[in-house]
Amino acid sequence: MNAAYEFVVGPLAWIAGAIFVLGSIYRLVSMYALAVKKDYSSLPYMDLKYSLRSIIHWLNPFGTAGWKASPWTAAVTFIFHICLIITPLFLLGHAVLLETFHGIEWPTISDGLADGLTMLVIAGCIFFIIRRATVDKLKYITSGMDWFVIFLVLATFLTGFAAYHQWLNYQFILILHILAGEAMLASIPFTRLSHMIFWVFIRGYMGSEFGKVRHAKDW
Amino acid sequence: MSIPGIRDRKIEDVGLQAGVDRLTEDQIQKTIKKVLKGETGAKLKLYAETCMRCGLCAEGCHYYMSHDKDPSYAPVSKVRQTMWEILRHNGKVSPEFIYGCAQIAYTECNMCKRCAHYCPLGIDIGYIISVVRRICHKLGVVPLYIQDTAHSHSATMNQMWVKDDEWPDALQWQEDEARDEIPNLRIPLEVEGADIFYSVIGPEPKFRTQLIYQAAVLMNETGQSWTMPATPGWDNSDMAMYTGDYEVMGRIKRAHFDTAMRLKVKRIVMGECGHAFRSIYDMGNRWLGWKMHPVRVMHAIEFYHELLEKGQLKIAKTFDTPVTLHDPCNIIRGRGLMDQAREVVKAFCPNFVEMTPNREHNYCCCAGGGVINCGPPFKNVRVEGNKVKAEQLIRTGVPVVIAPCHNCHGGLEDIIHAYKTGQELKFLIDIIYECMEKPDAVE
Repeated sequence: MNAAYEFVVGPLAWIAGAIFVLGSIYRLVSMYALAVKKDYSSLPYMDLKYSLRSIIHWLNPFGTAGWKASPWTAAVTFIFHICLIITPLFLLGHAVLLETFHGIEWPTISDGLADGLTMLVIAGCIFFIIRRATVDKLKYITSGMDWFVIFLVLATFLTGFAAYHQWLNYQFILILHILAGEAMLASIPFTRLSHMIFWVFIRGYMGSEFGKVRHAKDW
Repeated sequence: MSIPGIRDRKIEDVGLQAGVDRLTEDQIQKTIKKVLKGETGAKLKLYAETCMRCGLCAEGCHYYMSHDKDPSYAPVSKVRQTMWEILRHNGKVSPEFIYGCAQIAYTECNMCKRCAHYCPLGIDIGYIISVVRRICHKLGVVPLYIQDTAHSHSATMNQMWVKDDEWPDALQWQEDEARDEIPNLRIPLEVEGADIFYSVIGPEPKFRTQLIYQAAVLMNETGQSWTMPATPGWDNSDMAMYTGDYEVMGRIKRAHFDTAMRLKVKRIVMGECGHAFRSIYDMGNRWLGWKMHPVRVMHAIEFYHELLEKGQLKIAKTFDTPVTLHDPCNIIRGRGLMDQAREVVKAFCPNFVEMTPNREHNYCCCAGGGVINCGPPFKNVRVEGNKVKAEQLIRTGVPVVIAPCHNCHGGLEDIIHAYKTGQELKFLIDIIYECMEKPDAVE
């Protein structure tokens, strides 16, 4: 069990991190190259000011037609994403690993807060799963990939939660948690989770077209 | 591959049927691959990959809202039934599947882009549908009626098979008519160096000639330096853009811009048309390699607004009947003329009532995007697909609806009739003509 633990926090963590970082860079660079080659009727219209205008408006959960039409989904989406990013980044347990292995000091949030945020992420996953399984318009469009990404997130946070509370076999759950987290990280560039790295550009493009050419709101 | 949705509501169309009858799966795959590889890139790839299938776009679509939230009408579902299947099967799809793709892309999406206000990612579903149309066009699977207009564009450079001599003839006829009212009125042809090239759409000389009459009165009575060409290139409309025939779109737009340049005008002012504006301002110019239009292009609303601001257009009387304004997608969501439109309306109409939603969020007329041009077989698709518009019109409680767009007129007319809203439909120029000062008029 110890050897397995050593492996998942050692080499496997490096591999997952490398896939995430290098994979993201590769995706961004190759996508840009493709846009230059094939989307030149769109690319020159990109505009920083109007990209930001669009992004800022869509970061307001009450500020757009789409969010307003589905307020519950909007609320859960925001809470889910905020917690999803903050919790792993500033969790004490993660910071300890960083310090132990690399001597890097890292800001942290309290365990109590992290516990709460984790529950919110799990609740968010459950909301999305129920929504996807029951709402007609979602059932119509859902594919395997949609289930994969949401269960990957759920698995990571559920095992993290269980490990923190030392449910079942602590070390086994912990290894599962690390594996799930690494799988999630490595999946980001190559699955639907890639919206994390591409969102600002897609949003920015729409914002640019609407701002610069169409002189209209895109929210 | 077949899921409930379009397969359950197939509509017979000679153009679509004859098109698919000629196809084999191998031919389809070859063509699709060529379009995807040659004409699409990062945009389509990212849209397909990052769409989170959240369904938020559904509420943005009038078809979805009008069909009691039938999931198969949601914008994302239209992509689900077309492009995603195409991508998933690497283009290896059946002729029957292509029939469904064409029916969805040409008749169940107006490419109004209202759903853009609902997608958190910023995915342009109108664009994805336009790629589906492009594929269908390349495969020769296009509804008969709209394909006929595209043929007309190709053969005559106008949408309505107006022959070269019929065009100046129609103008002369309107000039003659108008001279009864305003004896010094001229419709100047081929005036090199005029300020304005006034351009219209094919249907105007064909069956909406009163619009040419009214525009001539406006130009004459506000003292404009203007002209119209006597040659092909006068028509600014563009159904080829909507069939996916971008080669013909390019030819039409080039003829139009070339005509403006030949006449050495300062700007093109176009009548109250939405899709033509999209073609000149946003699509055709890009196809020809212009980042923006090479000659300044002005929609009628912007022009009326300018005339009012400069004091050239004077108001003789107000139009007191309560009115509401329908915001056409291509000039509001496509060009941001909502404030100018309101200022012009309010200048003439003291009793103006907003419909809700309005401005960028207004519901589509359901005729645009070439849907009305697909003809009688699909009339009920757009009338039933826009119940929500009828309800919106009825809620205003006013007797007059102003729609400054030809397609919107066609669509709203059918909706007003089918849902018995009892409203009268007007162009802005109808009201301006009725209420403006006409110093040279004899009556």
